[in-house]
Amino acid sequence: MNAWEPKIIAFLCNWCSYGAADLAGVSRLQYPVNIRIIRVPCSGRINPKFILGALRHGADGVWVSGCHPGDCHYIEGNYYARRKFALLKSLLEHTGIEPGRLHFSWISSAEASKFAETAREVVEAVRAVGPARHFIKTKPTWDDIEAPVQAACQVEVG
Amino acid sequence: MHAYTEKIREAAQRLLTEKKVDAVIGFRHGTVPMMSEPVCVRHADQVHQLVWNGFCGINLANYLAKRKDRVAVTAKGCDSRNIVIHLQENQIRRDQVYILGAPCHGMVDRRKVWEFLKGREPLQVMENGSSLKVSGKGFEEVLERQAFLQDNCRICTHRNPVIYDELLGDPVPEQTDVDRYEDVRRVEAMDSEGRWRYFNDLIASCIRCYACRNACPLCYCPTCFVDESRPQWVGKTLDPTDTRTFHLLRAFHVAGRCTDCGSCERACPMSIPVRQFTKKLEKDVKELYGYEAGVVVEGRPPLDTYRPDDPQDFIK
Ligand code: SF4
Ligand code: SF4
Repeated sequence: MNAWEPKIIAFLCNWCSYGAADLAGVSRLQYPVNIRIIRVPCSGRINPKFILGALRHGADGVWVSGCHPGDCHYIEGNYYARRKFALLKSLLEHTGIEPGRLHFSWISSAEASKFAETAREVVEAVRAVGPARHFIKTKPTWDDIEAPVQAACQVEVG
Repeated sequence: MHAYTEKIREAAQRLLTEKKVDAVIGFRHGTVPMMSEPVCVRHADQVHQLVWNGFCGINLANYLAKRKDRVAVTAKGCDSRNIVIHLQENQIRRDQVYILGAPCHGMVDRRKVWEFLKGREPLQVMENGSSLKVSGKGFEEVLERQAFLQDNCRICTHRNPVIYDELLGDPVPEQTDVDRYEDVRRVEAMDSEGRWRYFNDLIASCIRCYACRNACPLCYCPTCFVDESRPQWVGKTLDPTDTRTFHLLRAFHVAGRCTDCGSCERACPMSIPVRQFTKKLEKDVKELYGYEAGVVVEGRPPLDTYRPDDPQDFIK
């Protein structure tokens, strides 16, 4: 039962990295199954909230991939994104998120082998830091709330 | 510094009577010592309320965003930088604000004085040049003003307003030999777990009152992310993850815009040093993009622009 496998949320740009993932599949390239892909229209669409949201839900790692600088479908979305990512990664790591959980890459839709290779790199890096321990929002489950109430009722009813 | 008081009243009187502005935003004495409070004076017969002293730490640029009228405002170095940011972000037009620039010697941190007094209640605090005379029931202390400054004022490098219509006094010498990031580097030197714990302890007492956000001139969004409910990105509970999400996003939203005016810290009822988040971003922005917030009106804030050759070592 100790077969922990990292869970990684990958935000992939529709115009490049998502295509690369597709091409990797069509080309039968092997890459680890630990990534859950979310397609976004542009790496510039990534709001820091998305990344924090993934971590809050217990993702062990987050990977954002977009088009190479100069290749953005919307001309400059990835240039703005790059500045946001640099600051966000630095801030999160400064406040105690382990380096190795957050990954960024530029992968064009033709680079299926770079996609597979990067996926392996990301998974291995996250595996190396281990399961996420911090920054997970745990909701109280219904049982947590109900059980004590029922127990109390039982006592009263006898 | 009290010399500014007369100048402010005189300017307010003149501007209001000449109908150059509809209101003057400044400070008046608070109800307890060391708590000057913001005031908006609309009639010339009320200008006597306006004062200036070492407790005017609140950033008045906070009252300027999205205004429709014309106002005069007193502005320290940091306030003036936040006005610059408002201009860059189209929150107000230059012709709507008349800036009474106040070269600043740093603002006094009331909490440091309280701490020094160890429970004795100050009933009167007088400033005299570089000293503070604090008196109360059965005691009188003379303190060295410099030792009781707000943390951000100690390391401030823009004491003189960067933009103004008239100056209330001669420019003051800028501090040049300060190390702005000593504390940030100390945290950087810790390991990941240590940094996690450092920030955990830092925000452990946060009650999510959002005073830090409300005091900040940069936080003018019509709907703050903390109030968003569909989707809800950050829960409203005191859960440590929610609280940290709030602090991370608040800091990120002021990245490249924060002037380190210290209003957030000043406003926090739990004395949380929230600038520890924003200063890291300030340091990064300076190192990566060579930008200092609110110093020049021209150009765009760093997250609203890019250079093709921006650093990207962290991207595979
Ligand atoms: S975040 Fe704090 S220091 Fe920065 S501008 Fe806002 S109130 Fe001032
Ligand atoms: S002002 Fe202080 S207690 Fe209130 S939300 Fe901000 S950090 Fe938390």
